Amino acid sequence: MAVEIPIYMDNNATTRVDPRVLEQMLPYFTEKFGNAASRNHSFGWEAEGAVNNARRQFGALIGADPKEILWTGGATESNNLAIKGAAHMYAEKGRHIITSTMEHKAVIDPCKRLAKLGYDVTWLEPDGYGIVYAQQIAEAIRDDTILVTIMWANNEIGTINEVPEIGKVCREKGVIFHTDATQYVGKMPADVNEAGIDLLSASAHKMYGPKGVGVLYVRRRRPRVRLEPIMEGGGHERGMRSGTLNVPGIVGMGAAAEICNNEMANEAIRLAGLSHKLVNGITGQVETAVLNGHPTRRLPHTANLSFPYVEGESLLMALKDIALSSGSACTSASLEPSYILKALGASDELAHSSIRFGLGRFNTEEEVDYVVDKVIHAAQHLLMMSPLYDMVLEGVDLSKVEWAAH
Amino acid sequence: MAYSEKVIEHYEHPRNVGNLDKDAPDVGTGIVGAPECGDVMKLQIKVNPQTGVIEDTKFKTFGCGSAIASSSLATEWMKGRTVEEAEAIKNTQIVQELSLPPVKIHCSVLAEDAIKAAIADYKKKQDQQVNQPAAAAAN
Repeated sequence: MAVEIPIYMDNNATTRVDPRVLEQMLPYFTEKFGNAASRNHSFGWEAEGAVNNARRQFGALIGADPKEILWTGGATESNNLAIKGAAHMYAEKGRHIITSTMEHKAVIDPCKRLAKLGYDVTWLEPDGYGIVYAQQIAEAIRDDTILVTIMWANNEIGTINEVPEIGKVCREKGVIFHTDATQYVGKMPADVNEAGIDLLSASAHKMYGPKGVGVLYVRRRRPRVRLEPIMEGGGHERGMRSGTLNVPGIVGMGAAAEICNNEMANEAIRLAGLSHKLVNGITGQVETAVLNGHPTRRLPHTANLSFPYVEGESLLMALKDIALSSGSACTSASLEPSYILKALGASDELAHSSIRFGLGRFNTEEEVDYVVDKVIHAAQHLLMMSPLYDMVLEGVDLSKVEWAAH
Repeated sequence: MAYSEKVIEHYEHPRNVGNLDKDAPDVGTGIVGAPECGDVMKLQIKVNPQTGVIEDTKFKTFGCGSAIASSSLATEWMKGRTVEEAEAIKNTQIVQELSLPPVKIHCSVLAEDAIKAAIADYKKKQDQQVNQPAAAAAN
C-alpha cells in the first residue's frame, strides 16, 4: 500500500475526528439543535437527553457516575476550574498545593497564579524517567495541603505517573487529588474509584473527538468535592460551569469515548507494536539516538527520541513530509529548550534535537516504515555534517569546551 | 518555516563536507557558535603558502538548514580565492545569495565569523613559522 503524503504523526497534539463520531454529531447542528437547558419543549428535551447520554458514555470510560461528568470547553478549562475552583473553595482549610515540574502549562500556570495570590505551591521534580512517585507525594503532604494535582501521563514523553498509588496516598491523608488525564484517557484503562481520583480533566480532541469540548470529572461522594466556579451565569453543570452546552461537541465526545472504550484494548496493542517498531528501527540504525522517558512505563502510542549532536530544526527540515512535534522550541521564535526534557536533566544540546512521534488510530505500518526510513536517512546525513559528533568521537567532552558563543 | 530553493539545495547536497588536518601548517581552522545556541560551525581552509590561494575548503555544521547552507556556500566561495579575497566575503552577500529571512541572518553572520576565524588561524600558524624557521624547515 502506498503511503499518502503528508503523514500525520502528531496525535498527542490533536487527533483526526473519527468519521463515526462526526456522523453522530451532525444531526445536532441542523435538526436537533435545541438548547439542553430549555425545559419547555421537545427540542430542549432532545438536546438534554443527548447530553446525558454522552455523560453516561464518558462516565463508562472512567468508571464514573454520569452525574459526576461536567462539560467544559476543553482540558485547559477543566484544569483551571479544578485547580482554582478547589483552591478557592477550600482556602479556609489550608493553602498548600502540590504539583510537579512536568505538568502541562494548563496546570503550571494556574498553580503559579495561585502562588501569586498567596498559596504555597510545592513543585515536585520527577526522576530521570520523568515519573512522579506516590512516595514523593506522601512526603510533601502537610496539614494545610488541600490539593494534589499530578498528570496521569506526560504529553511530551508519554511517561505514566504512579497515579493509583498517588490517589491512595491522597485518600489516606484526606487531600483532594486532581489528575490531568488528557493524554491518558481513551488510550489506557482508567477507573476513578480504583485510582482514588477526585477530579479528572480530559479533552475530546485527543481521543478522536472534536475540538472545543472537554470534561471535568468531579467526585460526588466520599468525598463530595465542591468547586468555586470560574464561569457564572445560569448555574449550568451543577452551578460549577455556567454557559449553554456545546451539544454537538458533547455528543461527539460521548461517541468518541464509547469507541475508545470498545476498541482500546486492541488499539493499545497495535499502537504499542508500531511504536516499538519505530523506536527499534531508528535506534538500531542511528546509534546516538536515545529514547526519552521510561522504556516500558509509557503510553503505547507516544515515543520521544533525542538526536544528540544534530540540531532539531535541521532534522525536521528533512522530515517535512511528516507532521511531527519537536521538543525544541527552536522552531519558534525563542531558543528555549523544552522545559519537560530539561526537567529530566537533559542537557541543552540534547533538548535541541528531540522529536515526539505521536501515533494514532489512523496510522498504518507502512507509514511507520516510511518514517523510520526518512528519520534514519536524515539523522545520518546530519551526523555526517556535525562537528560536535566529530569531537565526541575524538573523545572531547562537549561540556568542557569553551565555545565562542554569540 | 519556508526555506528558499537554494537553502534546500545546499542542505540536501552540501558542498565540501569533511575535515582537513587541523595540525598542518597550511590549514586554518575556525570554530564558531555554541551548542546551547543551536549553531556550531567548523570551517577549514588549505592555503598554498606561495600563492596565498585557498586550494581546499571543508566544513562541518551543527545547526538549522540555513546555517548548513551558509557554511556550505562559504566553502564554495572561498575555494580558489586568495586569503585576502576570502576575507572580504560579507554576511550580506550570503543573505542575498540564499535569500535568508531576517530570523536567519545570524546564520550568515556566523559563517562570516567562521571564515575570519579560519583565516586568522592560518595566519597565526604562518607567523609562527616565520618566527621559527627551523621548525618550518623540519616540515
